Amino acid sequence: MSTTEKLLDVQHVTVEFHIGGLLGGLLLVAVNDISFSLDGDRPEIFTLAGESGSGKTTLSRLILRDLEPTQGKVLFEGRDLATIRKRSEFKEFMKKVQPVFQNPFETFSPLRRVDAYLVDTAVNFGMASNRRESVQIVDDALGNVGLSLEEVSRRYPHELSGGQVQRVSVARALISHPKLILADEPVSMVDASLRMEIVNLFRKLRDEQKVSVIYITHDLATAYYISDRIGIMLRGYIVESGPVEDVLDRPLHPYTKLLKESVPEPTTKERESWAKPIELGTTEVKEYGRVGCKFAGRCPQVMDICRQADPPDVQVGLRMVKCYLYRDNSGRPAT
Amino acid sequence: MTLLGVQNLCAYYRTEIYGISRTVRAVDGVSFDLLPDEIYGVAGESSCGKTTLIKVISGNIKPPLKVNSGSINYHFGTYDVDMVHISQEELRRTVRWKEISYVMQGSMSVLNPVRKIIRTFEDIVDTHERITDKKKFLEKTREHINRLGLPTEILDSYPHQLSGGMRQRVAIALATVFQPSLIIADEPTTALDVVVQRGVLQMIKDIQALSNNTVLLVTHDMAVHANVADRVMIMYAGRIAEEAPTESIFNAPLHPYTQHLIRSLPTLGERSTKASLRGAPPNLANPPSGCRFHVRCPYVMDVCRTEVPDLVPVRENHRVACHLVKEASL
Amino acid sequence: MFRVLRDLLRYDGRFRFAFILLAAVVVMVLLSFVSPDDPNKTFVVAMDAPPSLEHLFGTSSRGQDIFWWLTFAVRNSLIMGVITAAISRVIAIIVGLTAGYQGGWLDRVLMSVNDSFVIMPLLPILILLGFLLRDMMNLFLLGVVLGFFGWPYDARLIRSQVLSLKERSFTRTAVYSGTNGFWITINEHLPFVLPIVFATTINNLLWSIGMEVTLSVMGLSDLTTPSIGTALFWANQHGALVAGVWWWIAAPALVAIILFLGLYLFFASINEYIDPRTRLRLIGG
Repeated sequence: MSTTEKLLDVQHVTVEFHIGGLLGGLLLVAVNDISFSLDGDRPEIFTLAGESGSGKTTLSRLILRDLEPTQGKVLFEGRDLATIRKRSEFKEFMKKVQPVFQNPFETFSPLRRVDAYLVDTAVNFGMASNRRESVQIVDDALGNVGLSLEEVSRRYPHELSGGQVQRVSVARALISHPKLILADEPVSMVDASLRMEIVNLFRKLRDEQKVSVIYITHDLATAYYISDRIGIMLRGYIVESGPVEDVLDRPLHPYTKLLKESVPEPTTKERESWAKPIELGTTEVKEYGRVGCKFAGRCPQVMDICRQADPPDVQVGLRMVKCYLYRDNSGRPAT
Repeated sequence: MTLLGVQNLCAYYRTEIYGISRTVRAVDGVSFDLLPDEIYGVAGESSCGKTTLIKVISGNIKPPLKVNSGSINYHFGTYDVDMVHISQEELRRTVRWKEISYVMQGSMSVLNPVRKIIRTFEDIVDTHERITDKKKFLEKTREHINRLGLPTEILDSYPHQLSGGMRQRVAIALATVFQPSLIIADEPTTALDVVVQRGVLQMIKDIQALSNNTVLLVTHDMAVHANVADRVMIMYAGRIAEEAPTESIFNAPLHPYTQHLIRSLPTLGERSTKASLRGAPPNLANPPSGCRFHVRCPYVMDVCRTEVPDLVPVRENHRVACHLVKEASL
Repeated sequence: MFRVLRDLLRYDGRFRFAFILLAAVVVMVLLSFVSPDDPNKTFVVAMDAPPSLEHLFGTSSRGQDIFWWLTFAVRNSLIMGVITAAISRVIAIIVGLTAGYQGGWLDRVLMSVNDSFVIMPLLPILILLGFLLRDMMNLFLLGVVLGFFGWPYDARLIRSQVLSLKERSFTRTAVYSGTNGFWITINEHLPFVLPIVFATTINNLLWSIGMEVTLSVMGLSDLTTPSIGTALFWANQHGALVAGVWWWIAAPALVAIILFLGLYLFFASINEYIDPRTRLRLIGG
């Protein structure tokens, strides 16, 4: 693999779902012409931030090859995921791309001991032939997340805390020495006092294990804390993306601004500004079906053209903003 | 005059199955007061006992949950209610929904998916106060909805036609239909998006300001408390760790647990490393001796392991249950 | 295994009762091996004698001691029921797990076959078979036939369970741990499916024995082999109730009740014990 090759290249992917019956029904475009990429030589933490219904989970399933795009391609290490057909090839792919799920207590079967999954992973990916041989590998992986085999061995998920189980989940993902980890809301179901240990762990993975992480969340505060770059998603589009300090300190897209304002800060100083009344829409379906910019219904700076066609992607400095407001600033829309 | 006085409340879950009996001491010695015209926040993580606490103070006490000791006394203006000893019948007739109502996480627990919203309103109102004049009821309901800033057309919709945020606001409208003295909101915005959460919480604040009643807001999200609550109570492992006005909790937390909780929260604009707390919340069937936080406390002393610290006022309106703080204030 | 029995015996009153009932049944079955009377021989003792110390359940109009005859009847009925249960469980599990996990065309094919079996009118078919195979029809064959008809409902039940399990995160975790479909089904899904299997097994046992009784009462099975059904057939044939030989009907009915009740309570207790939710409460979740 050459140094200029990208680790992950998502090219103009669109995912459409048909909901409803044979006659009529709705076309739901969960992911709409999204493109982004991760470098191969520099590990980074890229956040996909958005509300429910923004398409971030669908996008993560695409990257994990759990879904096929209706249009567009996903390339991992130069290879189009759609061309992976044989099970052996899929296994090779899985060794390099691993998931971490949201609910630690659903990640493992409540009727199986957690270390069984770690042994399975080691054996299935050819790193050990049986349980006995896997002990060292499993212990190392657990050590990387701050646990030991002794603590976790023979335990059922509910015998451990949410934070511990989530760490075991990360350890399992690390066993095959992946290049990319997809973490879908990994801390939203973990207690506040245990959250930082997981979040700090991702930082460590990037710095020490050289693993890239796609961190999916709706929590902008943790996103700010650990990401290098961030993409803000709204109804299937990435409306703004770029270095996290740029995007979150000086948001350009009106939706990003609204999101940032709405995040409650753990301090009493912002009470007045947070209490500024806002309007909420009645149905989400209306927003999906809207022509033009999906945020037009709520945007304080909406213009006529916003309701007519999808806004172009405009490059502003190091970022991309999908908004008509910035089209004049830079001149031409970016590809 | 307090609205609610809770004294030394102990409520346990007792299960016995195949010879293994377990007692989970979910609420173990809790005393606090609710004042009229305030938003009182209860914060704490999973298995801190806050869910059990609400169940008990709202009269939802079913086996295997049982109140072991302590008192729960309400003072609703003209009459008093002893929640520990009241009968289910009287509870339903006089208290539920009229004096105490609830907003839970997930509105679908209160909205019937196969009935239009207006029918659900009818059902609830009729259960607690027979509707004699249907036209008048419709008028009053529309007024109520409008006053809360919601469009009247939602009354003719089914729950699934509305967004999650709108459903939750309808649930709040349902909860306030009799102008109760106390609204218990249990994680009302946890599953909602950040923007919708803001709208829903603003609505709760507006309602409280308009009717001057009391809102008991239970959530693990400290940031929500910071922006909504007047006073906050921090629960840990079945006991109260600290209780103070919101400003004091966030600017000068005294209990080590509260301190850690506040300081470990990342804020937008900060990337400096935040530490995490070692250990995990305890198992309430077998809690640690003495102060239940001593296993994880960075300032633990010998006395913490053996003696339970009392919840004492160390400043005006500020109570803390910690040996270290008590010593320092003497 | 023994710990399970010990726990259940000690703490579940219902299980203790079931244990007693089934122990009685097992004793009867064992006694069949030391029976002084050959069930194939008729008119060996005084006819129509009411229950007494010598003849616990009395004697029949065919000159047979009812008690000893019933020990064979119970043994045979149980054996047949077990054959049916075994065959149908195996088919139901294989079909249910495969259709549920694989999905796609295989699922559709299997479910079409499944539904065809469901709508087939079983009793008329068995009656037809009974007529056609009169000479060859014995309890063993009946057990096999019932086994091949007794799986569709349960297969669908198992399939629905698997369909919902497939959506749960831990199935995805197993996929990304490199586990293949077969082992996911065995390691992840089967433990959740087992309680259903147990619950439907007793249903199945009761159904098959009931079917046998129905057929035998109509005279469509091998009438020389003692079974609960044939007991009732012969009693009816000789007009037992009219002749006042009530014990000839009462005894097999009583034995049937004890068997059914015992089996039901036994499996209900075990089922509750191995149900994942109970297990979780036990372990302390």
